[in-house]
Amino acid sequence: MSVTTAPAGRGALQPVAGPRLYHPTVARLTYRALLGRRRALLLFLLPLLLLVIVSAVRGLAHADDSTANDVLQGFALSAMVPLVGVIAGTGAIGPEIDDGAIVYLLAKPIRRGTIIFTKLLVAIGVTMAFSAIPTLLAGYILNGNGQNIAVAFTVGAAVASVAYAAIFLLLGVLTRHAVVVGLVYALVWEGVVGNVVPGARTLSVQQWALAVAQKVAHGDLVSSDVSLTTGVVLLAAVTVAATWFAGRRLRSLKLAGEE
Amino acid sequence: MTTISIDNVSRWFGNVVAVNDVTMTIGPGVTGLLGPNGAGKSTLINMMAGFLAPSNGSVTLDGAVIWRNEQAYREIGIVPERESMYDFLTAREFVVANAELHGLPDPAAAAQRALATVEMEYAQDRRIETYSKGMRQRAKMASALVHEPSVLLLDEPFNGMDPRQRLHLMDLLRRMGAEGRTVLFSSHILEEVEQLAHHIEVVVAGRHAASGDFRKIRRLMTDRPHRYIVRSSDDRQLASALIAHASTAAIELDLREDALRIQAVDFAGFTEFLPRIARDHGIRLFTVSPSDESLESVFSYLVTA
Repeated sequence: MSVTTAPAGRGALQPVAGPRLYHPTVARLTYRALLGRRRALLLFLLPLLLLVIVSAVRGLAHADDSTANDVLQGFALSAMVPLVGVIAGTGAIGPEIDDGAIVYLLAKPIRRGTIIFTKLLVAIGVTMAFSAIPTLLAGYILNGNGQNIAVAFTVGAAVASVAYAAIFLLLGVLTRHAVVVGLVYALVWEGVVGNVVPGARTLSVQQWALAVAQKVAHGDLVSSDVSLTTGVVLLAAVTVAATWFAGRRLRSLKLAGEE
Repeated sequence: MTTISIDNVSRWFGNVVAVNDVTMTIGPGVTGLLGPNGAGKSTLINMMAGFLAPSNGSVTLDGAVIWRNEQAYREIGIVPERESMYDFLTAREFVVANAELHGLPDPAAAAQRALATVEMEYAQDRRIETYSKGMRQRAKMASALVHEPSVLLLDEPFNGMDPRQRLHLMDLLRRMGAEGRTVLFSSHILEEVEQLAHHIEVVVAGRHAASGDFRKIRRLMTDRPHRYIVRSSDDRQLASALIAHASTAAIELDLREDALRIQAVDFAGFTEFLPRIARDHGIRLFTVSPSDESLESVFSYLVTA
């Protein structure tokens, strides 16, 4: 994060700070918008559903390490994390662009990159809070972190949260139908294609996150189709590219044409 | 002294030309941007606000291009036409947030001053979602004024306001103009512009139709050829009497409509002469109706004047 002194303006009130990478006011507006809207209910519902499922599995059947792996990969990592990512990532900017309130951010001497980066941090934080933490709890409920599976999937969910937040934030800037596109991506690509089509697995955030989880887990229950290096590089590359492109698109965002 | 210059600017959306080769300069004081709906006013304001790139030409603030120039917002305050704000905030929170986004040294004090300027202190701790249209407009004004900009751009600011709120906003804008700020507001209502702005820019169908002192343009509008449809007890006799008078340029006897179509060149002279000549000739007037009084036709005349 860099803070520099702003160049002198000519207005009566001079600003005290200029360009920086993170803006606390943008962050405050973003998380209040995210957690204040009705869509935020979904943020609570998905982790709750996970906890209900794992409690039921734990109560009704013998939950061994294999079961824990199946549930955490099959529901938490492949469905809950991307869906929470869709809600947080698109919700961090999409509604503001749709209703025009983004004008109050854009009509300020703040770099577009700062707005995007700040919103990304909020989206990552919200996605992690509503996916990684419930994953940890679910893992402990299922097998008490046997073979370090709970921690492994928590780390996997955390790194996936970063990439999903960046991808869906970009979608929020690119299209007014970001939620629909995001859901199709999350459910069809990550949920189905990424699980069953061998070639597609290497292009799935889920598999990249699994590669990280595999490294953290003990034993060989957790496995990924990609190597750790490939997974980490692709996670980083997608996150950086999506964030850069979102900033670029926001810089060219046109708020007009209603006449 | 801050000036916005629009030089040979065009803007098109696909095949639709919204703004066509417009050149104008907006300087200190209050300027009204007048034109019918769909004339290109919002497109022009959006380009001046840096929210839209011109397809051709340039829009500059004291020589600096505005598009993709975030630093321009240190000088510009914007009151958009769209209603949406951060409705979950109170007006105070909203204006403080705007002050923080501008990086002001004391956001709370700046917000308090701005809210006092628009007389919104009494409702500043209520959520914006509970506000009436006029209150929202004032909250938007406060957010635009919080950094004391030298340029204020307002897109149809009087839409939906009641008369009292309208007068209050007009007073405020007059004050801003008198302080030497460059204030530009758009409107499609002639009377609004007349009450507030001495200088107006008229746009019609994306073209710059007129520019200058409001009274001159108003006179031009008043003195334009007016068209009337007149029905009377003796159309032919009335026509012969009218054509002899200098205020009448042309008369057509429309047999199908059973009426006279009259083109008058001297508005005041014609409106005084018509009833007098009818009375003198014992002719009863059944219909006297202007046929081209729509704002669009008035503006269209300005394009060709």
